[in-house]
Amino acid sequence: MFVPSSWRTRHQRYSLIGEVCPACDKHIFPPRDVCPHCDQPAGPAHKFNGTGMVFSYTTLFQPPAGFESQAPYVVALVQLDEGPMLTAQLTDVEADEVEIGMKVEMVPRKLMEDGPQGQVHYCYKFRPLWAKAAQAGVSV
Amino acid sequence: MKKVCIIGTGQTEVGEHWDKSILHLAHDAVMSALLDAHVEAVDALFVGNMLSGALSGQENLAAAVADFSGLRNIEAVKTEAACASGAAALRMGYTAVASGLHDRVLVLGVEKMTNTLGHDTTAALGMAADAVYETFQGVSFTALNALMMQRYVWQYDVPDTGLAGFSINAHRNGCHNPHAMFRHAITEEDYGRSRVISSPLCVLDSSPICDGAAAVVLCAAGSSSLSDGSRHVAPVTILGSAAATDTLAVHDRSDPLRLAAVELSTQQALAQAGASLDDVDFLELHDAFSILGAMSLEAVGYAEPGTGWRYAMDGYIDIEGDLPVSTQGGLKSRGHPVGATGVYQAVEAVKQLQGLAGPNQVPNAALGMIQNVGGSGASVFTHILGI
Repeated sequence: MFVPSSWRTRHQRYSLIGEVCPACDKHIFPPRDVCPHCDQPAGPAHKFNGTGMVFSYTTLFQPPAGFESQAPYVVALVQLDEGPMLTAQLTDVEADEVEIGMKVEMVPRKLMEDGPQGQVHYCYKFRPLWAKAAQAGVSV
Repeated sequence: MKKVCIIGTGQTEVGEHWDKSILHLAHDAVMSALLDAHVEAVDALFVGNMLSGALSGQENLAAAVADFSGLRNIEAVKTEAACASGAAALRMGYTAVASGLHDRVLVLGVEKMTNTLGHDTTAALGMAADAVYETFQGVSFTALNALMMQRYVWQYDVPDTGLAGFSINAHRNGCHNPHAMFRHAITEEDYGRSRVISSPLCVLDSSPICDGAAAVVLCAAGSSSLSDGSRHVAPVTILGSAAATDTLAVHDRSDPLRLAAVELSTQQALAQAGASLDDVDFLELHDAFSILGAMSLEAVGYAEPGTGWRYAMDGYIDIEGDLPVSTQGGLKSRGHPVGATGVYQAVEAVKQLQGLAGPNQVPNAALGMIQNVGGSGASVFTHILGI
């Protein structure tokens, strides 16, 4: 990714900042100029709570350039609790443990590096919701 | 609007053309289309191409092709709509002639995908998707289709080899197409053993990375181009041409298993042609991945949501079936040189309608629908051809 683009999108990628439409109250991610639901000007920033559900997933064995060292890895369509869906990698979970309907939560993670001299890109990934509970010593 | 006819076609064999540049491929298709049309000159050239910049380092492609092929000084422009670039060029050519602005134009689709290593080509194809919110996450174009496929098989309880029928049909038809990349049949067992690229999607679900070029010459009905006495076959008419778009990202669709732009462009093209689905004798759909075959049959209107895969398993889409699909091998077997595919579909439909489709001839074919999808459903062009 280009450095200025990476910088412009840092809030949505690090902190899941989207919008709420002032006209129809729908949640929007990523932020955009026009509400995709009612076509009115999109509204004020909204920080998503970061939890959602796996709508679909896939394990990549033939990755695009830049992701070779990570393969195989899992990418999912994640439906956020507030409504919008996004595409993101899953982390802290084995590929064969993933299933549709699984509850997940957002964690900021390193996504890739632009070569040895380039920028290190960070982004949201999602991990099973139980990982958080397990860390806190809570049985689930 | 003027009626628009296709008076000549040309195509190269689809494959890995190590010995040919993008301009050489283009030239081969251009020359054979002009020869077939019995014309030496055209008013304009519309070039469908997605990746000449990324994979050949060559933009300003239409001028380059016009120059290289001896069509110097004519209007020439490249159209890009990802994998639907070819059909986008066809529609630009159609509108130019239908409007009366030009009398005779050449539409070319060309793609050179084997100049680069696999992961670089994979990354370039990913540019069809949302750059920041899909591609940047490490998702390949194949993976986006795998995401739709995984949900589809889960939601509709499709068995493991349930989508195999599309690839089996495509390969069976491709066996008899001298321009097809893969001319061998495959079985359900082959499909079941096929290597997984992006689960659950396997190699035999996928169209190949390849090179190719195809071209058609369009002219207005009543044009002097049509009165050449040496012409042996009747010209084919473009009866309907329509385009529609959907959200760029799969995740932005209210139903990621519904191809809304396929639905819309189909309805518009049929309305323009004054035809219904029952009138369509064959369908060249965009089977870049077998899941798109199933979802397309549903969005076009032949199958209810979740049932498209069944149609490929029971003979419905065979050459002898109710709706022959991918009659010359489709994207899976003929190959999918992305920006050229839409024009290959047009060339193949013309052959069907003129009764020149050889062993894959659909009996009494009078009306064909061709459909080219760009991205994972974001840009869709549907054309209806008749004779």
